[in-house]
Amino acid sequence: MRAIFSHRAIWPVLALALILIVDGIIAPSFFAIRIVEGRAFGNLIDILYRAVPTGIVALGMAVVIGTKGIDLSVGAIISICGAVIAWRIHAGDPHVVILLLALATGLLCGLWNGFLVAILDIQPIIATLILMVSGRGIGLMINLLYGGTDPSFESALLQGLSVGHIWLVPTRLVLAAGIFLGLWLLMRKTALGMFTEAVGGNAAAADLAGINSRLIKYSAYLISGFCAAAAGVILTADTHTSDPVSVGMYIELDAILAVVIGGGSLSGGRIYLGMTLLGTLVIQTLTTSILTSGLPPEYNLVVKAFVVLVVLLLQSNNARGLLFAVVGERKK
Amino acid sequence: MWAAVLRGLTLVSRIQLKAISKSFPGVRALDEVDFDAAAGEIHALLGENGAGKSTLIKIMTGALQSNSGEIYLDGKPVTITSPADARRQGVNAVYQEVNLVPTMSVVANLTLGKQPRRFGFVDWSAAKEFARNRLKRLSLDINVDRMLGSYPIAIQQLVAIARALDDDTRVLVLDEPTASLDTAETKMLFSILRELKAQGLAIIFITHFLDQVFEISDCITVLRNGKAVGTVRTSKTDLHGVITLMIGRDLGQTKKRKYNTHSNKDVPMLIAKGLGRRRTIAPFDLELRKAEVLGLSGLLGSGRTETAKLVFGAIKHDSGTLMYNGQQMSGNSPRQSLRLGIAFCPEERKAEGIFAELSVRENIIIGLQMKRGWLNLLSQSEQERLSNEMVKALSIATPDIEKPIGQLSGGNQQKVVLARSLVSKPSVMILDEPTRGIDVGAHAEIINLIRKLCEDGMALLVASSEIPELVEFSDRVMVLRDRKIVGELVGSQITREKIVQTIAGGN
Amino acid sequence: MNEKYRPLIATIGVFIALFATGGMLYNNFLSTLVLGNLLTDSSYIIITSIGMTFVIISGGIDLSVGSMIGFVGVCMANLDAAGWHPLASAVLMLGFGTIFGMLQGLVIDFCEIQPFIVTLGGLFMLRGSCFMINLDAVPLRHPFVDEFANVAISLPGGGVISSSAMVMFVALFAAILIAHFTRFGTNVYAIGGDRTSAALMGVPMRKTTMGIYGLGGFYSALGGVIYALYTSSGYPLAGTGNELTAIAAVVLGGTLLTGGVGMVAGTLFGGMILGLIATLINFNGSLNGAWIMITSGVLLFIFIVLQRFLVGSLRMGSNSA
Repeated sequence: MRAIFSHRAIWPVLALALILIVDGIIAPSFFAIRIVEGRAFGNLIDILYRAVPTGIVALGMAVVIGTKGIDLSVGAIISICGAVIAWRIHAGDPHVVILLLALATGLLCGLWNGFLVAILDIQPIIATLILMVSGRGIGLMINLLYGGTDPSFESALLQGLSVGHIWLVPTRLVLAAGIFLGLWLLMRKTALGMFTEAVGGNAAAADLAGINSRLIKYSAYLISGFCAAAAGVILTADTHTSDPVSVGMYIELDAILAVVIGGGSLSGGRIYLGMTLLGTLVIQTLTTSILTSGLPPEYNLVVKAFVVLVVLLLQSNNARGLLFAVVGERKK
Repeated sequence: MWAAVLRGLTLVSRIQLKAISKSFPGVRALDEVDFDAAAGEIHALLGENGAGKSTLIKIMTGALQSNSGEIYLDGKPVTITSPADARRQGVNAVYQEVNLVPTMSVVANLTLGKQPRRFGFVDWSAAKEFARNRLKRLSLDINVDRMLGSYPIAIQQLVAIARALDDDTRVLVLDEPTASLDTAETKMLFSILRELKAQGLAIIFITHFLDQVFEISDCITVLRNGKAVGTVRTSKTDLHGVITLMIGRDLGQTKKRKYNTHSNKDVPMLIAKGLGRRRTIAPFDLELRKAEVLGLSGLLGSGRTETAKLVFGAIKHDSGTLMYNGQQMSGNSPRQSLRLGIAFCPEERKAEGIFAELSVRENIIIGLQMKRGWLNLLSQSEQERLSNEMVKALSIATPDIEKPIGQLSGGNQQKVVLARSLVSKPSVMILDEPTRGIDVGAHAEIINLIRKLCEDGMALLVASSEIPELVEFSDRVMVLRDRKIVGELVGSQITREKIVQTIAGGN
Repeated sequence: MNEKYRPLIATIGVFIALFATGGMLYNNFLSTLVLGNLLTDSSYIIITSIGMTFVIISGGIDLSVGSMIGFVGVCMANLDAAGWHPLASAVLMLGFGTIFGMLQGLVIDFCEIQPFIVTLGGLFMLRGSCFMINLDAVPLRHPFVDEFANVAISLPGGGVISSSAMVMFVALFAAILIAHFTRFGTNVYAIGGDRTSAALMGVPMRKTTMGIYGLGGFYSALGGVIYALYTSSGYPLAGTGNELTAIAAVVLGGTLLTGGVGMVAGTLFGGMILGLIATLINFNGSLNGAWIMITSGVLLFIFIVLQRFLVGSLRMGSNSA
């Protein structure tokens, strides 16, 4: 029994199951799905829908955390990408080009972060802090480049990607699935995943084994930048306006939480892509459940904090020891 | 007991350990060890890795409790329950890693936790006074306001000693105090130790620098395999005698074996000329030939690991050249060496070998994968096949290859690291302490493996502290002492006694 | 002794340089009026950053400080509506902040979870509680608020040191005493400098960690009190992003994010530099707020890169490489 509980992956699954069970008890109609005008609606769809941006960012974050790093700048990257989109649309570029440009912007930001971490050897939390602090300012500046008075735009392509649907399924879900698949192939069908986990798990051993740690770390930040850009496209097109100050606010925190709930360790090592998505779902399911339960939406953050803390406490050996031991505090 | 008799009853015993035994699961670290250090005496404690030195020290300083035996301080039986308790009773230790905070000032370090206070606030002038007095005892007069880290290690070490020296300290244990010091700094430390000795302290001095032992100590105790094999007055012995105690004697017959000899026509695979690195290893020449095992021998701290790493490229050399198959290797690195077919098995498996979270399979094939590049992933079935082969070949005890390697025992982890090198089919293998942590029964397997690889044509460089094993599998042996190659033994010259002689005699 | 003060001197130098630049660019910039306003506007964030300094010196981080500011403000506003005197509610909030911080410290030490995650949970909890209590701003109506705002020391030249600034100076003074003249303060530096050594040298890890985060909670609560009095309202979104600003102020003040090195006095100037950047940019009507973020980021970058290459020389001579 104890062995099952010490496996990291059990917790997000349990948490998700628990939340859904509670939902089912409170309101059995929670799980209803209806089809209207050729697309699916319902709470479950809604959860998946809203989880997409955070989920994509969390995937990139999982890779970075695997290298024993962290990327605090993803919110800022989203902001910059959004501004770039609005700018180029106003400049009249073809929308497909703009899409690629936005993704390239994310890669560029990742290039910058990677430079600080992998080449200058600056601590990741400090290095990505720089872009985090200045990124939204950069976004605002870009907004100014085209007059800045009206950052909103119309784009059939981008909005279609973000809020459209393919058959019954929201397009963004397909996008997310595609990115997940792409990352999964990249990590598991090449040696990149193993090398990344090695670099994060034991940097000295990785060097002795001949692995190019610098390159691996660099690529992690590139991936994170790309994912942030993809999320930025979706978020920006959703509101079809560029709002550098508030778009993606706190998304880095949600992403990090998703990775940790999914079993990833902040001290590097194993990357659990699928589990990370599960972690995102836990967070989003919680949010949606609170919304539909009749509790005021203000309760969202608190309940989220509480559940997250409980999951983390249970993952901590010490806390679990305290819980399972009837007699007082177990000595370490 | 008999140690005291040896020294004459005129010297007062400060700390005495009688029949101390300590066992850990699967290993008997200390076996009925007697140890006696007198007041006003510098007593050196020597022994190779695994001899039991650190266990003995931990028992003395309360970090561990013995399974049996007694401890006496100034003739009175005592129990030492913890390091804090040891300090209270006057037994203080200073370790090689200066366990102070380099970003704080000297006075802050010296007074941490016990700063003098006035009205609840720290009285820094009183603290500085206290610090200066402590340092004065060591004849040290430095600016106590400056950051500790801004001083050279020698000074930092003295500050650590000053912190450890309470007014009622009776026994001072120094664990490898000179490891990071140069000659001048060592001299300074020694004059201070002589001062302290004159004040009546018993000083226990652990080191692997045998020259220093003869320079400063009054008495020597040698541990080997958990037993105290000899206690002698320094003046009554010499280098040869001490090394023999540490390494042991040949027990008569030496195994007759065939040595791979080479004709001069054989071109060496790896040639190092004048390879060296300042403050690490003095420049040396080395040749590795096909189907040959070259052993690297020497006492603890002589530089075996560093030599091996220099050849592999894990430590960058700043002098000399390295040639592989006739081609000069420019700017060697682990990656370059691995690509050329040179593999390396580190000694410190936990710190430098294993990826604890990754599975046994991944740990085994990762080296081979590195050679193929990140794009060309070995298929799952291929990985499994290779891993299972290795598990079988090396008798790695694991229920399945998907288990995270961190869950395996130390010895089996070592085997996996070995397997990693083997799987990429290198032509040169560099092994650092290949039998470290592997249970004695499995040692023979490893030795046979080394001989077999050699016979199949591999060139092997093996650094080892296990002299008998070295003797068994080496065709040639290079002997190190104090970071220098001091001799080379070939074929039938390779005996324990000859190695001892070379270490002792090499200058 | 000199090298200890070098980062502080560097920060003060940057501040003076910026101030002088302002004087060259604009008329009437080099006045006590500007200086006084700068201090008043920045006091709440500097107070918060002072608490953050302790946390960062110990090698940790506290993401909950911004939310604490909001929470404290909202609570004070509601207590004010219930008839409490602002001073009484302030004392209550300070107590709460301290206990909340100590709890965070306990979880960090006992459960061995990284400070980033634990204080992140704290951030969510406090911010969420803000929303649960109030969705909109609630004014503080007690007459004390005006009395407090009117207390000021006049300076030659027209500027004033307001009550907020006075509180800040008192808080700074207390912090300097704690950091440099108590055993606890030295323990904080020890933990940040070399955690293993500190433990081996007998520093009480759990107690000190609780104290560090308790101090962080106290100061962020104080920052929240000052902010509430300053804006005479409790606004649930108050303090959003302030944890970042506090971290930036600490770094600009010369404290290493890796821990062990830094001074609270530096944070004063670090916070003022940030405030000065905002003032400079606001003085220039044509530049928008984005420049504040970008300039802060650039400065941060320069400081961090410099720190990175200075640390090498700092650690020279020590064993740990």
